[in-house]
Amino acid sequence: MSEWQAIPERVAPANTIGAVGWLRSNLFGSWRDAALTLIALYLIYNLLEVAIGWGFINATFSGSDRAACLKETQGACWAFIDAKFGQFIYGRYLEAERWRVDLVMAALVLGLVPLLIPRAPFKRVNVLLMILVFPPFAFFLLVGGWFGLAEVPTADWGGLLVTLVVAITGIALSLPLGILLALGRRSDMPIVQSLCVGFIEIFRGVPLITVLFMASVMLPLFLPDGVNFDKLLRCLIGVTLFSAAYMAEVVRGGLQAIARGQYEAAAALGLGFWKTTALITMPQALKIVIPGIVNTFIGLFKDTTLVLIIGLFDLLGIIQFNFTDATWATPETHITGYVFAAAMFWVFCFAMSRYSIFMENRLATGHETRNAK
Amino acid sequence: MTETLTPPNSPMISMTQVNKWFGTFHVLRDINLRVTEGEKIVICGPSGSGKSTLIRCINQLEHHQEGDIEIEGKPISPDATDMEVIRRDVGMVFQQFNLFPHMSVLENCTLAPQWVRGIGQAEAEKRARHFLERVRIPDQADKFPGQLSGGQQQRVAIARALCMQPRIMLFDEPTSALDPEMIKEVLDVMVELANDGMTMICVTHEMGFAREVADRIIFMDEGQIVEENTPTEFFENPANERTRLFLSQIFQH
Ligand SMILES: Nc1ncnc2c1ncn2[C@@H]1O[C@H](COP(=O)(O)OP(=O)(O)O)[C@@H](O)[C@H]1O
Ligand SMILES: [Mg+2]
Repeated sequence: MSEWQAIPERVAPANTIGAVGWLRSNLFGSWRDAALTLIALYLIYNLLEVAIGWGFINATFSGSDRAACLKETQGACWAFIDAKFGQFIYGRYLEAERWRVDLVMAALVLGLVPLLIPRAPFKRVNVLLMILVFPPFAFFLLVGGWFGLAEVPTADWGGLLVTLVVAITGIALSLPLGILLALGRRSDMPIVQSLCVGFIEIFRGVPLITVLFMASVMLPLFLPDGVNFDKLLRCLIGVTLFSAAYMAEVVRGGLQAIARGQYEAAAALGLGFWKTTALITMPQALKIVIPGIVNTFIGLFKDTTLVLIIGLFDLLGIIQFNFTDATWATPETHITGYVFAAAMFWVFCFAMSRYSIFMENRLATGHETRNAK
Repeated sequence: MTETLTPPNSPMISMTQVNKWFGTFHVLRDINLRVTEGEKIVICGPSGSGKSTLIRCINQLEHHQEGDIEIEGKPISPDATDMEVIRRDVGMVFQQFNLFPHMSVLENCTLAPQWVRGIGQAEAEKRARHFLERVRIPDQADKFPGQLSGGQQQRVAIARALCMQPRIMLFDEPTSALDPEMIKEVLDVMVELANDGMTMICVTHEMGFAREVADRIIFMDEGQIVEENTPTEFFENPANERTRLFLSQIFQH
């Protein structure tokens, strides 16, 4: 028998590593890949040329009325956005009181950012502040009528303010409600189970517009005369219940994916139902369905535009409303407004998407098949 | 026959005329079993003979429909709080490890002592490190289960159960899902545990282990206890024809 010889380590072939290797394997692997790469590059170039021409080179950035935007070449009328910016953000919220909205937004950012950074300290205090202190703080400050603050009726709220109030409330409430509904649907108790199934199927089976319309038009009919609660509040309830139904099914999907062995191991250690749920199964289920949860959040964020149907002016609604302003009637106003609205929505939704991918990768513990990208 | 085998002190586990059905399928039939403190019982038998179901009835992961089960003299019922109390004192190790993949090895071991026994975090970690040392993986405490080999995972599972300081340990084919070279490291840990005097019931087909540590071997077939015997008698001179056939199948190779 010949003696065993160790083979010395060798460097990988030069054209399979580094930048050249990357280009070869990803973009120019074969003649077909190379052709597709070139076609794609050509298309991207054309798109960029049009976008930059319209959005920057031929665009109007300042001006006090439509005259500034009436030009030979087509270009965005950013002056329109500039002139209406206050309305787009605050709606008809009294100008002298807008600092209150700014303060609430600042508090939100200040409270949320450290919460979203896993390494930031004082998580427990931070969570408690955001759950217990922030909501009443925001409520009293935005609504007013206390401590000498002028009351700003919610009917005057509008723009991004309404979009964010509806979206954030919906997001913050639909997740816990959805979790409870999902647990209820999986429960062994027949009454709890049927109530949850009924709730989920009813809210998931009707369009959001119907829910909003009912919340705004039908609900008051059932309430005694004189009892009239706020339109925005009714809308918040409608949106929350609607997304909770979707959320419940997303969460249930995660729970279904948890192996029976996890429940058994927890039970064998003496953990009861609630501890098993809170410590073992729900954290794993939620981690699995992060993409689905964020998908629902993003859907909800964009669905806030439907509040227009019951007479609330969210960001998109108020932009559209301003199209009717004769001072700014130009061929470019509509498209500029829509592009602006799209960009604003996209920024928020894309941020949620990136954050969810960051969390997915951070929570990975070595048994996932692939990194999230 | 069983009378002479059972030591006279009071039983840790006693099953009397236990019967269980899955729907209409009669999976456990008239099971009688007594295990005294410090005894090591090995259960073997063909697949589907009800071995897992039997030991899962002991900590009530499965509920029996007829007969009585007593743990340390206390009768058990499918009442939820009752079950949780019993499960604290009965540790279980599964074929598929069933570690919690979202927690580190250390957290797997400290979870139940903290949340079920109510001991402090520092104390729980001290205990966890002690048992991880005993199963010889103290250096893996901060890894996640997904980063460990099967043998290491199963040893963590044993440490996790031991951290509850159970009075009884149940093993359901703890080495069946392992590659051959990892079986020994798990069996070594189990042998040590047996030598320390733990009351153990092991479902296993590791006959070397059975010969070394078992006080009694139980052979099951079709939901019944066919034979209950000392290891020497069981291997040299089985009382039952069915046992003989089973042994000849295992030792064929
Ligand atoms: N949850 C269950 N529902 C219905 N049948 C089951 C269930 N669990 C086990 N069985 C059946 O009961 C029998 C005994 O199972 P088990 O105790 O797991 O056997 P063993 O561990 O000896 O292989 C098998 O036929 C199996 O298919
Ligand atoms: Mg089995």
